[in-house]
Amino acid sequence: MEEGGAQVGVVDQVELPKPVKYVFNWGRKYSLWCFNFGLACCAIEFIAASGSRHDFIRLGVIPFAHAPRQADLLVVSGTLTDKMAPALRRLYEEMPEPKYVISFGSCSNCGGPYWDSYSVTKGVDQILPVDVYVPGCPPRPEALLDGIVALQNRIQGESLKDRMAQRRRDPIVVRHDGPDIAPELQTAEG
Amino acid sequence: MSVSDLSARETIHPASAPGESLNLEIVGDGAFTTADMTLSVGPAHPATHGVLRVVLEMDGERVKTAYPVIGYMHRGFEKLAEHRDFRQNLALVNRHDWLSGMTNEIGLALTVERMLEMEVPERAQWIRMICAEWNRILNHLLFIGSYGLELGAITPMFYATRERERIQYLLEAASGGRLHYTYNQPGGVKIDLPKGFLHQSVELVADVKKRLQDFDDLLLGNEIFQARTKGVGPLSTDVALSYGVSGPTLQATGIPEDVRVSEPYLKYDQVEVPVPVGENGDSFDRFYCLLARMKASCHIIEQCHDMIPAGPVNVKLPKMVKAPEGATYVRVENPLGSLGYWLESDGGRTPWRLKMRTASFSNVQVLPYLLEGTLVPDAISVLGSVFFVVGDVDR
Repeated sequence: MEEGGAQVGVVDQVELPKPVKYVFNWGRKYSLWCFNFGLACCAIEFIAASGSRHDFIRLGVIPFAHAPRQADLLVVSGTLTDKMAPALRRLYEEMPEPKYVISFGSCSNCGGPYWDSYSVTKGVDQILPVDVYVPGCPPRPEALLDGIVALQNRIQGESLKDRMAQRRRDPIVVRHDGPDIAPELQTAEG
Repeated sequence: MSVSDLSARETIHPASAPGESLNLEIVGDGAFTTADMTLSVGPAHPATHGVLRVVLEMDGERVKTAYPVIGYMHRGFEKLAEHRDFRQNLALVNRHDWLSGMTNEIGLALTVERMLEMEVPERAQWIRMICAEWNRILNHLLFIGSYGLELGAITPMFYATRERERIQYLLEAASGGRLHYTYNQPGGVKIDLPKGFLHQSVELVADVKKRLQDFDDLLLGNEIFQARTKGVGPLSTDVALSYGVSGPTLQATGIPEDVRVSEPYLKYDQVEVPVPVGENGDSFDRFYCLLARMKASCHIIEQCHDMIPAGPVNVKLPKMVKAPEGATYVRVENPLGSLGYWLESDGGRTPWRLKMRTASFSNVQVLPYLLEGTLVPDAISVLGSVFFVVGDVDR
């Protein structure tokens, strides 16, 4: 886990009993404080999805997180450029665990219509883990609603202990004289 | 500190230790001098409409200098355009200014048509006008809603979204897209308007006109809104012209400049185009011009309904559209100002060079002048009312 990220507490250390886990996840999935990292056209469709007709607040997604430190869900909507990428990474690291990412739109999925551009990062998944990809250029607001429901289903079914254990892995160390290997492998070989 | 220093710095400063930035020196009877502080607004900040970053050097609450740091949304549009043919480029141009796809498409389509000396059917030109004006209203509605949001009024955004959704449904019926239409092509529009479109359009324009009154009541007549905007960020005509500012920001300074009137394209010479003007060029006037432009667009749409003829909507294109060797420049009125395409062709299937003159880029350049000496809350009021879309700035 990144330094400075808040710990959830005991519930992420032990496997909860099934009924408790069910209620716990049910509560978590309907109170997703969402931070919209609106970059380009897709941000307009995000606004439309939060607006009066589509209204994703009824799904328990609250788009009033003032900063990433108060957010559970990061929606990256729009084209990520190489110049912007460090800012996005930093923003992600400021979010407390457990955190989820929706990549909204073709640009943030894979570069979209700018697949051959020299300045565009082809997919946010190159710099942060993505939970749900929503395709489209830009996707309709209904597609975002579908993506949110998909994420909620995922949260309902997941074990927080497993998720946090996955996150606590030590970062992979890049060695310039050989292939990328994890630190435990490094010590094993001496 | 120069602008090049700022753009070279990739990340924002790490937070300083508590008290470190408060370099207070008590002088006389309790007054104190402060050290200048650098405040970085953006790149992710709701008041900058996207990912514009503005670095403010501040003396207390007052802005001493402001540097807009652009380039966070640079997608290399002009280079990409050289590798796509003329029809593919239409899908690219409606994405650089994502709030005015239709006008951008029309601009490029007109450019290619002029190169090919192509005759566009009458009906197609009227259809383009109706769609462009609807798109203009869509654009302005979002700016009006979000400007209210920045000044602390949430309701206008809901009203704006309600209208936007209905207009988007209408344009979607014609083109299949909510935001990026790709409805135009060299020689006309892709397909004719669907059955019942004009009927719905007539109904909607009456509704929208009626409901624009809500924004008048909610914002223009609002005492708090007036206090936040009147006299804030005044811009004189000379300064505006010297920076190349156009659109509602220029009209607010008192000049009735509009490409639709001064250099009519499509059929704008056959309809009456009202051009609103302001007096002082402050935030209030800029906002007023935006609202008045929406009413003007409604008026134009109504005239188009009466004058649209029947007939074909496009011409048959060859398998490969090849512009002859040469160059041309076409201006159209983008919702945010004057938009120009400079197209240079070497006779091939792709443009040799496609240079754009976008409204937002020029509007952003005037920011250092406008922000100098304002207070921080006023800076938000100015940033929201100098209308720009960041994709249109950085391309």
